[in-house]
Amino acid sequence: MALDERQQIELINKEYAEKYGFHDPEKYVFKARKGLSREVVEEISWMKGEPDWMREFRLRALEIFWKKPMPTWGADLSGIDFDDIYYYIKPAEKQARSWDDVPEEIKRTFDRLGIPEAEQKFLAGVGAQYESEVVYHNIKKELERQGVIFLDTDTALKEYPDLFKEYFGTVVPPSDNKFAALNSAVWSGGSFIYVPPGVRVEMPLQAYFRINAQNMGQFERTLIIADEGSYVHYVEGCTAPIYTTDSLHSAVVEIIVKKGARVRYTTIQNWSTNVYNLVTKRAVAYEDATMEWVDGNIGSKVTMKYPAIYMMGKGAHGEVLSIAFAGRGQHQDAGAKAVHAAPYTTSNITSKSISKDGGRAGYRGLVQIYPGAHHSKSNVVCDALILDPESRSDTYPYIDIREDDVSVGHEATVSKVGEEQLFYLMSRGLSEADALNMIVSGFIEPIVKELPMEYAVEMNRLIQLEMEGSVG
Amino acid sequence: MSEQAVLEIKNLHVSVDDNEILKGVTLTIREGEVHAMMGPNGSGKSTLAYTIAGHPKYEVTEGEILFNGENVLEMEADERSKVGLFLAFQYPVAIPGVTMANFLRMAINAHREARGEPPITPVEFRKMLLEKMEMLGIDRSFAGRYLNEGFSGGEKKRAEILQMAVLEPKIAILDETDSGLDIDALRVVSEGVNKLKDQLGMGVLVITHYQRILNYIKPDFVHVLVDGRIIAEGGPELAQQLEEKGYDWVREELAKEA
Ligand SMILES: Nc1ncnc2c1ncn2[C@@H]1O[C@H](COP(=O)(O)OP(=O)(O)OP(=O)(O)O)[C@@H](O)[C@H]1O
Ligand SMILES: [Mg+2]
Repeated sequence: MALDERQQIELINKEYAEKYGFHDPEKYVFKARKGLSREVVEEISWMKGEPDWMREFRLRALEIFWKKPMPTWGADLSGIDFDDIYYYIKPAEKQARSWDDVPEEIKRTFDRLGIPEAEQKFLAGVGAQYESEVVYHNIKKELERQGVIFLDTDTALKEYPDLFKEYFGTVVPPSDNKFAALNSAVWSGGSFIYVPPGVRVEMPLQAYFRINAQNMGQFERTLIIADEGSYVHYVEGCTAPIYTTDSLHSAVVEIIVKKGARVRYTTIQNWSTNVYNLVTKRAVAYEDATMEWVDGNIGSKVTMKYPAIYMMGKGAHGEVLSIAFAGRGQHQDAGAKAVHAAPYTTSNITSKSISKDGGRAGYRGLVQIYPGAHHSKSNVVCDALILDPESRSDTYPYIDIREDDVSVGHEATVSKVGEEQLFYLMSRGLSEADALNMIVSGFIEPIVKELPMEYAVEMNRLIQLEMEGSVG
Repeated sequence: MSEQAVLEIKNLHVSVDDNEILKGVTLTIREGEVHAMMGPNGSGKSTLAYTIAGHPKYEVTEGEILFNGENVLEMEADERSKVGLFLAFQYPVAIPGVTMANFLRMAINAHREARGEPPITPVEFRKMLLEKMEMLGIDRSFAGRYLNEGFSGGEKKRAEILQMAVLEPKIAILDETDSGLDIDALRVVSEGVNKLKDQLGMGVLVITHYQRILNYIKPDFVHVLVDGRIIAEGGPELAQQLEEKGYDWVREELAKEA
């Protein structure tokens, strides 16, 4: 995909602050008091009118959250003050199916972010979450007729209680990790998708997540079920205003890919650099199913995220393509996990990280092959590009193999932007900034070319934006 | 073209990591002229080429380089390219993920912008690129390949000349472009260089170890660089004599004179 249209680059010369960093006045229907307690959790559940089982699930998860220690590995999380966070903010009275019914100020935010326009042009459905609740949700009639369900997760619990209960919390149980427990206790919003057997959703479904309030915690919960032989591509984007105090985003994403189905999940994460982004994403893939995570981490202060695929059926395939960009004050601890629990399963992990201006980006990955998963294959490639001596890259590849007849490959390279490459490009007339941009976009090209055109353009725009000011 | 382009190198001293490599080189290349530079391995030929192109590692400690009277040493590498200097690298580097076509379009547009012209249209660009590729016997598929990545030695050399053909410089330095090219490719590439020379009046500095390329690209002047100094200069016959008798012969001739 061609990425360097000069005009495009010129357009990018607006800073994050101007484009995403604005914030609206806070006019909320309901804002829970700061901090975490049984009362706050019960209040959230009550506000939502949830069944008892969900309230109990939340309270159980809260106990687990309190018991579990903070992770001692990965990024520095000592800056998070759990008592200084708003866990639930309800921005609007009800959810809209038409942008005209979205409260004016919130609608303006999404207009500025270009969401309604994108919906008209190339999306099959859109969800827009503002603080804790999804304020807009719509899907093309055509897909609805085919039985595709695309709802916010709260509404799905009301409208499809049985389907919901069958899968919710089965892929990521609250006990999985401290932040999964936290999410389970206070979750709100997110997307729920069900694709019936054999149905292919050709255009992407997209959700957009926006944090507006200061000291906000966003805890959306996404559940995707792709029934046998179906296909869906889900895309999420995220931004927030720039505040001097920190916000927390801690999502849980669970995906079930049934026999012969394929799910692609693309994230373009561009949180402002005051957001802790601690997300648990996991998929189970059954016989001959394919799960693909495309994960772009550009923003946030700290990200810890390792999209996982459990290959449970023979011939299942998992793919993780990950790009992380760490600039000043950022730590991207990104990675992947591939668990081969059945024979003839295959996985590919490709990770590209870029660090500059003292940023820290890394790959942390685990490939596990269970006994009996014979003829499994896994290949991991992680490349790091370091743009200056202050910046840092780490690679932690863990491999755990309990079966003989398998093949596992791992390849890691770390490169510094070479003087020779820069000189070569400059000797043809490119400015230093353009030459550096070209090297960086070439570096991520293998992943960007996997994205649909609109997102490839967006990803390149964001990277270019990050590159601004890195030269001179 | 209003005035005749001229590259003047005067008493050039160049160091790398505090080692003096060039020890006073003087050379003038005018538009339309072909100069050949020969010299043993390590004598400083590539150093001269890199210095002219503006590689930051090569430090000029004395002397000057002027292009049409302007001080080249004050220009960044990209500015030198934009005023019309070109270096075909002895060892071109690979740029993964950047296609040849994309790169060339960016480069052309950088040049156009410097001249105050609008960017080339995609249609125009494609037509021009395909023409030049055909002239140099380069398969179309190379337009979509990543720059120099996985190119064979000869393919890299051809790609360098393609870049030259696209950017249409006033003075080009070919650093051992002949090494790595097969016999047919050498002829095709040389014909391409000659065509550009005739069409644009381009001046050329051909750095080489062998007479063969000079049979195609006929030099007006031959310079012999040994240990950072030009120790002999002459016409095309000098290259012939060197090929037959080797560098020791020049050294001996000089010793006799001294
Ligand atoms: N970047 C560098 N770092 C260290 N030494 C260098 C560097 N560039 C050149 N040199 C040294 O300078 C001397 C001249 O090198 P140069 O590459 O100019 O030779 P050359 O005449 O082009 O040789 P060849 O015919 O082998 O291409 C050599 O001794 C080389 O090792
Ligand atoms: Mg050389």
